[in-house]
Amino acid sequence: MADKRVYEVLFIVDPNINDEDLARLSDSFQQTITEQGGTITKVENLGRRTLAYEINHRTEGIYVLFEIEGSGREIAELERRMRVSDAVMRFMTVRVDRERKRAEKLRERRTRKAGRRAGVRPVNVAETAEPSES
Amino acid sequence: MSTNFEDQTTDIEQEGTDIVRAVAPAGKTARRIRRRKQCRFCSEKIDLIDYKDVRLLQPFIPERGKIMPRRISGVCAPHQRMLATAIKRARIMALIPFVAD
Ligand SMILES: [Zn+2]
Repeated sequence: MADKRVYEVLFIVDPNINDEDLARLSDSFQQTITEQGGTITKVENLGRRTLAYEINHRTEGIYVLFEIEGSGREIAELERRMRVSDAVMRFMTVRVDRERKRAEKLRERRTRKAGRRAGVRPVNVAETAEPSES
Repeated sequence: MSTNFEDQTTDIEQEGTDIVRAVAPAGKTARRIRRRKQCRFCSEKIDLIDYKDVRLLQPFIPERGKIMPRRISGVCAPHQRMLATAIKRARIMALIPFVAD
């Protein structure tokens, strides 16, 4: 598919969950994604972490990160399931393909500039000079 | 694991804005000349600011949980935009506070 999007879904699970239930929850979410035609490219359990502020009277949470490739449909379904799950305290989806593409472009432009500065191609001084002091 | 909050982070050396106190020739008026500071993200060659990288964001939320204005931090406009987005995301996910307690 030409318009494959990449998403990062970070969610916080209630710290009182046991390991088996956490694994089961994560598996079922992953299943939801694949059922909807999405692909899971990364699953990371980032572990227990103290929350910067209380959520649902909890001071810590278990952070899990999914990286998903898909159309967006699987995200809608995943989010719907997370919303109704008692174990999920919070979640956030970020579309990352655009940001990554942009970062790649910036990186390329920088290396091109660096090459020019290194004297790969003769350029006049004004062009190679660092941003001028005010 | 590439996304551990505290472990693998891009450290940026802390440095304050260079404010040089200069004394005018007459010795009467002391003026402040602010030297233009390079954007930290530019000099560190950071093209993507990951909101999960708390250690990277921390220097820009000094106290009260506010985003440090770029006139103080010296961050360039494009990077300040990325930084602001990352800070807002990190707040939503309780990685950093909305306000200081
Ligand atoms: Zn910059």
